[in-house]
Amino acid sequence: MADHAHKLEIFRGLIKFKSNTQKIWGVLLLLSIITAVEVVLGIYKPDILMVPSMSPFEGGVGATLLNITFSAFIYTKSLNLIFIVLTIIKAYYITWDFMHMRDETKSLRRIVVWTAVFLICYLIFILLQEGGYIESVYTQGHVKRDF
Amino acid sequence: MDSTAISTGTEGTTWGGGNQPLKSSYGKMMMWFFIVSDALTFSGFLAAYGFSRFKFIDYWPIADEVFTHVPFLHGQELPMIYVAFMTFVLIMSSVTMVLAVDAGHQMKKNKVIWYMFFTIIGGAIFVGSQAWEWATFIQGDYGAIQTKGGNILQFGSYKSVEGEAVFKRIPVEEFAVAASTERIQHEGKSGIWFKSEGSLPAYTVNDVYLGLLANPNILVRTQTINKKGEKTVLSREESLRQLKTNGKRYVKGANLEVNEYGAPLFADFFFFITGFHGFHVLSGVVINIIIFFNVIIGTYERRKNYEMVEKVGLYWHFVDLVWVFVFTFFYLV
Repeated sequence: MADHAHKLEIFRGLIKFKSNTQKIWGVLLLLSIITAVEVVLGIYKPDILMVPSMSPFEGGVGATLLNITFSAFIYTKSLNLIFIVLTIIKAYYITWDFMHMRDETKSLRRIVVWTAVFLICYLIFILLQEGGYIESVYTQGHVKRDF
Repeated sequence: MDSTAISTGTEGTTWGGGNQPLKSSYGKMMMWFFIVSDALTFSGFLAAYGFSRFKFIDYWPIADEVFTHVPFLHGQELPMIYVAFMTFVLIMSSVTMVLAVDAGHQMKKNKVIWYMFFTIIGGAIFVGSQAWEWATFIQGDYGAIQTKGGNILQFGSYKSVEGEAVFKRIPVEEFAVAASTERIQHEGKSGIWFKSEGSLPAYTVNDVYLGLLANPNILVRTQTINKKGEKTVLSREESLRQLKTNGKRYVKGANLEVNEYGAPLFADFFFFITGFHGFHVLSGVVINIIIFFNVIIGTYERRKNYEMVEKVGLYWHFVDLVWVFVFTFFYLV
């Protein structure tokens, strides 16, 4: 318990706190603001954000590749995309400042974060892909589900 | 020369042992690895939720219409407010936890005690709120008719709100005509002793149909989400026809089998994911209480370090972290 040197700057050094306690309150403020933004957007649901921000590309293989590259903007409503990004930002600050990931060694950080991020992305990709496929069978195939 | 002890010549170098490449104690590191595996469990649940939602993307309940209640404010539709409050309580208790850890580093016992105390209170408020949220969801508010295909037909009418015609749901109790029926609850005493059934629904489909017939302003709303992201409202003729031909039974509230707001899967996932998270919060509170008393009796003061507080703090923040995602994917997206 000799030294507990905390890294006290967030936003890549843009904001530097004087003490660890001050940093905690600063991060709380940030998390509260993000949550408030989410709630306000969730209640009002601006019409402009209720549609994807890009429309799909038409054409050959190139268009398909572009569609895959920009799939987050083409197939997800802007509002949902904003929610997901804000959530990841919140998760980052909880992990980095409340769980002190910022003060751990680079190797411990990578063991924990890279493993989880890789596996979770894989899981999400597979399950959402399959869910979408089954949905297409229900709607385009000859399966009658409402009777 | 000593023949049994073999010198490897690596003493004092990298492979000589005693190194701590991660500069973290065993306990803290294992807590991190547990958190990784638990995170994978939760993401499994949430990804399964996403799978089912993508499967029924055009029929899924809209969370804003389901979770509209706030304690003590009866009959008001306030989506998001209460769950935002819950989120704030949990983030706040995370803050007091990290302050406790910080006070532990400075060996300030009294501060640790107080901050741990506030953390436990915050956790208790959160678990209580979740129980209330469950109770409200299970109880339901408007009631609906389940069709033969397992879909839900809801009732309501257009009311003008600030010059715009808005569809407002009407409780089935308000218009259904409860007629006396032949059908009575089958109890163990009246037949074979081991066969009985649960209480009968409050109304039969015919009661609801007669009520709908008598109130020309009431329309049926289906589960299908239209282009505008709203549930489809049927025409008057179609409303009557759907109810007459497809209505199966009256349902109110939600459980693992039926859900008056739409797909029963939604209710299943809600109970399972928030239940599993709530169980984590509950066990977090219990562990926090144990550590709290350990702090009070001075265990860590004698040990000359408060790392145990830090470890339980990691778990507590993780619970908060999971809630951030549950909040997004259940209530927002």
